[in-house]
Amino acid sequence: MSEEPTSSQVSDSGLSRRGFLKGFGVSGAATGLIAEAHAQEAESAPKVHGPGEIPVTLSINGKNHRINLEPRVTLLDALRNRLDLTGSKKVCDRGTCGACTVLVDGDPAYACSMLAIEAEGREITTIEGLGTPDQMNAVQEAFVENDAQQCGFCTPGFVVACTAVLNQNPDATLEEAQGGCGGNLCRCGTYAGMNQALLDAAKSMKMKGGA
Amino acid sequence: MKAFEYAAPSTIESAVSLLGDQWGETEILAGGTDLITSLKQGITAPDRVVSLKHLGLNDITVDEDKGTVTIGAMTPMGALASDNTIARHFPALAKAASNLGSPQMLSTGTVGGDLCQRPRCWYYRNGMGLLAQKDGKSLVEAGDNRYHAIFGNGGKAKFVSASSLGPALIALGATIATSSRRIPASEFFATPKSESERETVLKPNEIATAIEVPLSGLKNATYEVRHRRGLDWPYATASVAFQANGGKAQVVLGHVAPTPWVASQAAAVLNGAAVSSEIAAKCGAAASQGAAPLSKNGYKTKMVETAVKRAVLIAAGLQAEG
Ligand SMILES: Cc1cc2nc3c(=O)[nH]c(=O)nc-3n(C[C@H](O)[C@H](O)[C@H](O)COP(=O)(O)OP(=O)(O)OC[C@H]3O[C@@H](n4cnc5c(N)ncnc54)[C@H](O)[C@@H]3O)c2cc1C
Ligand code: FES
Ligand code: FES
Repeated sequence: MSEEPTSSQVSDSGLSRRGFLKGFGVSGAATGLIAEAHAQEAESAPKVHGPGEIPVTLSINGKNHRINLEPRVTLLDALRNRLDLTGSKKVCDRGTCGACTVLVDGDPAYACSMLAIEAEGREITTIEGLGTPDQMNAVQEAFVENDAQQCGFCTPGFVVACTAVLNQNPDATLEEAQGGCGGNLCRCGTYAGMNQALLDAAKSMKMKGGA
Repeated sequence: MKAFEYAAPSTIESAVSLLGDQWGETEILAGGTDLITSLKQGITAPDRVVSLKHLGLNDITVDEDKGTVTIGAMTPMGALASDNTIARHFPALAKAASNLGSPQMLSTGTVGGDLCQRPRCWYYRNGMGLLAQKDGKSLVEAGDNRYHAIFGNGGKAKFVSASSLGPALIALGATIATSSRRIPASEFFATPKSESERETVLKPNEIATAIEVPLSGLKNATYEVRHRRGLDWPYATASVAFQANGGKAQVVLGHVAPTPWVASQAAAVLNGAAVSSEIAAKCGAAASQGAAPLSKNGYKTKMVETAVKRAVLIAAGLQAEG
């Protein structure tokens, strides 16, 4: 599936490609509108990064991490392989299961379907940022209490998605909370336990005024 | 995934200048929910990816004087689904967006990306080409075509257009603004005849920037027949729009042809008629006329009939939203 280039390919094609592609930029300047923009660009040409590694700063769980990454690296691979944050799981790697769910500026998103470089400037929260084994958030606690997992592969993604929906709507009905998990799948089918966990978490968050 | 250059320019003009004029040399990146999967699977292997993230283009604005609502191409599907103006005037559009179901997809996937997403045909997604031909024959025709087209499938393209917004925008008479022109939504989608073509009339170095929907006061609705809510595409959908007296009717089907499919014979049933259950049923029956199912997708014909009937009833206020 993935075609890993050797480092020499990266630097070689990196240079020649840039020159090669510049030509297309000029040919794209056929219309008046674009020709005008092209003139402006002469002053400040837009930055092209890569294909080799470039420095990227990611704000994760309230901490800034500066790492060198190729532009093609997904946020999920950066978290798991470069930052040792392996709580977000890689299951389908194509936006169809939710195991990799993280919060981006508070909204749930699939880390497998986002480039790490695209997450620069955004606030990322992973399952590790929601709580620790000693200090779990309300959703994590409710999952444990209700034994709401079997193999556990889907669990971090569900917990992040549940936390997002309950944070955004503390009065969510079960149906609304389930809707918040509409982008997550559990192959073991532990939905009964998760439904109870959702209800319990909603209740305890309301009592405590947050996750 | 092949390594690529990445740029995130801050003007539309520089974004255009960074794009190549041949498909596949460069790719446009919006939310990435479709493109990144294609990159991983090697379905496209560009030398450069141009991100639209610094272009803005993510507002929904109402221009009362012009009588239009403008939706930026980078507007997240979720923002479209939850916008009050859209819900009030264009329930057909709100429904098509909210039916995505997955909050992750709604927060990340964009309106422009929805219109330009590539087909889900499993032959295409498994590297057998957009038209899935082998030795001059269609793999789809001879193979598992349960999710393929029942209309417009006489040529090589047998896949279905994956966009749920497309049919609603055509029914509502929308226009798509790009970096260089304005295209009526009804002329935006195209059926590729060769592997070097794509599914819209956009050029490789052309960026969809906004969608303009006229405030025409048409009654409108979308009905989708789905296996499950979210995390999958519908089997068949219908978006309809018409005047209170049945005039100016539009009936557009989704997920049944290589483009959104305009069912003019169904619209003709509505034109000038007072909508009733009987008219809605007639309209549905007319919409399914001319269907040419492949070996395994005949079931879609009945779904089209039902989807159109229900969309008409919902738009007319004769049935609650399903
Ligand atoms: C599990 C699942 C279920 C789904 N169900 C549905 C469904 O029911 N209905 C539905 O309609 N969709 C569905 N989708 C698709 C989803 O809506 C799209 O993936 C999403 O809208 C794409 O938007 P994006 O911003 O992430 O696009 P990207 O992935 O960034 O881009 C998609 C394509 O569009 C091009 N593109 C993007 N923006 C522009 C632009 N402004 N101008 C020119 N070209 C552009 C890109 O080059 C790329 O080829 C589903 C997706 C998944 C994974
Ligand atoms: S691993 Fe990202 S959605 Fe499945
Ligand atoms: S517990 Fe196994 S997939 Fe959910």
